[in-house]
Amino acid sequence: MATAFDLNNDGVVVIIGSGAGGGTLGNELAQKGVDVVILEAGARHEYEEFVNDEWDSFTQLAWKDKRTTSGDWRVAKDFPNLPAWIVKSVGGSTTHWAGASLRFQEHEFKTLSTYGKLEGANLLDWPITLAEMEPYYAKAEAKMGVTGTNDWPRLPGNNNFKVLKAGADKLGYKECHTGNMAINSVERDDRLSCQQTGFCFQGCKWGAKWSTLYTEIPKGEATGHLEVRPNAMAIKINHDASGKVTGVVYADKDGKLQEQKARIVAVAGNSIESPRLLLNSSSGKFPDGLANSSGQVGKNYMRHTTGSVYAIFDKPVHMYRGTTMAGIIRDEARHDPSRGFVGGYEFETLSLGLPFMAAFLDPGAWGRSFTTALDHYDHMAGLWIVGEDMPRAENRITLHADMMDEHGMPIADVHFDDHPNDTAMRNHAYKQASALYAAVGATRTFPTPPYPSTHNLGTNRMSEKAADGVVNKHGQTHDIKNLFVSDGSQFTTGAAENPTLTIVSLAIRQADYIAAQMSAKTI
Amino acid sequence: MVTIYDGKPGLSRRELLKRGGIGALLVISGSAVISPEHAWGLETSALKPETMATLIQMARDIYPHDQVPDKYYAIAVKGHDEQAGKDAAYKTMIEDGIADLDKKSGDGGYRGLGWEEQRVAVLKQIEATPFFQAIRGGLVVSLYNQKEVWPIFGYEGESFSKGGYIARGFNDIEWL
Ligand SMILES: Cc1cc2nc3c(=O)[nH]c(=O)nc-3n(C[C@H](O)[C@H](O)[C@H](O)COP(=O)(O)OP(=O)(O)OC[C@H]3O[C@@H](n4cnc5c(N)ncnc54)[C@H](O)[C@@H]3O)c2cc1C
Ligand code: SF4
Repeated sequence: MATAFDLNNDGVVVIIGSGAGGGTLGNELAQKGVDVVILEAGARHEYEEFVNDEWDSFTQLAWKDKRTTSGDWRVAKDFPNLPAWIVKSVGGSTTHWAGASLRFQEHEFKTLSTYGKLEGANLLDWPITLAEMEPYYAKAEAKMGVTGTNDWPRLPGNNNFKVLKAGADKLGYKECHTGNMAINSVERDDRLSCQQTGFCFQGCKWGAKWSTLYTEIPKGEATGHLEVRPNAMAIKINHDASGKVTGVVYADKDGKLQEQKARIVAVAGNSIESPRLLLNSSSGKFPDGLANSSGQVGKNYMRHTTGSVYAIFDKPVHMYRGTTMAGIIRDEARHDPSRGFVGGYEFETLSLGLPFMAAFLDPGAWGRSFTTALDHYDHMAGLWIVGEDMPRAENRITLHADMMDEHGMPIADVHFDDHPNDTAMRNHAYKQASALYAAVGATRTFPTPPYPSTHNLGTNRMSEKAADGVVNKHGQTHDIKNLFVSDGSQFTTGAAENPTLTIVSLAIRQADYIAAQMSAKTI
Repeated sequence: MVTIYDGKPGLSRRELLKRGGIGALLVISGSAVISPEHAWGLETSALKPETMATLIQMARDIYPHDQVPDKYYAIAVKGHDEQAGKDAAYKTMIEDGIADLDKKSGDGGYRGLGWEEQRVAVLKQIEATPFFQAIRGGLVVSLYNQKEVWPIFGYEGESFSKGGYIARGFNDIEWL
């Protein structure tokens, strides 16, 4: 039996969310002997229960509570109530994720100094540097079993990768390989190596891909210092007269409200839910929401500049076989304004099964132009573009004025407009990718619009000065000493790389800080 | 309730001839839509069987795949009959939508238009209506999420039970 803590135990650290940030922080603290309760809105599905079926898996794991959208992004039109494709389940989006684990580049921690002021962008330097992050990146890579680090071999390339690599060679790209993936390429950590099943986005039924669900969480539970409470949706964080947070009100599995007392609260609900919770915790003392003296809570929402390119060939590819994100080209990740935009982007192979391809290739499209693409599904190759997008104050999460969820909590509205830099970058990437596939003989290419956001960032950003952001370099809120943010909403800017390795590294670093502060009795 | 049944539709060729149905792809008989060529039928309970036949044609015109038999389009739209049985307003939307489609198509109705281009031209006129959106939006899942159609597109589906693709061709591309 895993430990269970009393609701009135005010010595525990309460973490909201069990994904990349929350799950990691919980285990790291538990390993240090700190008592932790993780409140997780979703249910607990062990990896044996995952299903190799796109829609069934979506139903099992995805966050489907209603959200609204606004802004000029196409997602608002095609998926008005599904701005993000993320998870509500123990393990969070690390159940769905593909596993690409890349370190940020040095300049990406210093975007304002490197790119300069950009109209319509709210750029800011991170209060930390790559050098400070490096030891934590190393710890995260070791924890997650990232291929191409620690002498772990890279994964073998599948068909989709081979097409990508052939095109990369033709175009003269130099840095193309099967990536740095948090997927076992050899048996380790009591988990199998990748069996190339090709349902990484549906949860890895072999447990080969790192997820907090079956790594951090059971390890933390084994210490006796961690309790994960599923079906527990946090609604409000309470505080005392001095402004210190004291506990978290949540709806339990029966919808009944409970309060878990806390010494420290860490918010890790991903970048839509974390600001929603802080905003919904407004009080007489904090009328604009918790930790919001800067007014930045919910602002600077980033989702990476994304898009996909699929291509049809006259011969079969079977891209869906094997790892979903099976390879990468890094040459365009550099900052080189001569291309007409600041920052850079990565190309990563991607494949969708037929059901999702039909839904996402060109949402809303119909007729022969669309269906002849699907007719050649088994002759398709595909890649995903992931690049740095610009933080904008107007891109933000707000509480809906009148729509509530089943617990009476206002739902989140997600507003997003592309910055001209995002559009220029996406168009550049579409052109390069189309040329890449044409070079290997593609007969038709499809510049595919962005999917609902899988990377959600920036809505409680880190800043040196309290006036510029929500948290300091340790993820501790500027306003409230015992309130932390532990997920991707801390990101000051988004970088070109997939975010999770950085989220995990920050959580490891934050655990050291929290434990030290607790021992020193400063919180 | 909608039932799709395989096997003999229960109508002889002679009976079909009598009903003037031969030559048409789908035949209406009582409360059923029948495909005499392919020996399947779809019984409707809430919607008119003519409506269902038109929905099937409309589904094919929205997502035309010449290699996919009508049966899968029929399965893909049968949910509208179920929904119409539970929700009178929904039933009205579908029946009115189809009536409007027929009206816009001239004397022979929508199914009377011989060329796909002609039917698509009519669909274009109603593309923005909630009726069209409901049909198309549902179809993108109900058609492509049928496991039986996946092999037609070369998609192999579930792979865990077969041990993944590690020994089944994840890297078998030869033409590069
Ligand atoms: C299909 C897909 C592919 C991806 N591929 C990659 C990749 O290759 N590389 C990469 O770096 N990243 C990838 N990502 C992104 C990655 O999954 C996320 O960046 C990461 O998981 C975010 O961590 P997090 O801790 O912020 O949130 P999550 O992992 O999403 O966890 C948040 C958790 O908090 C819970 N929660 C939210 N609100 C509340 C509340 N009020 N009360 C209680 N619990 C709550 C949620 O249910 C959820 O379980 C991918 C994502 C998806 C969806
Ligand atoms: S391809 Fe590999 S990592 Fe992906 S789900 Fe299958 S076994 Fe897991």
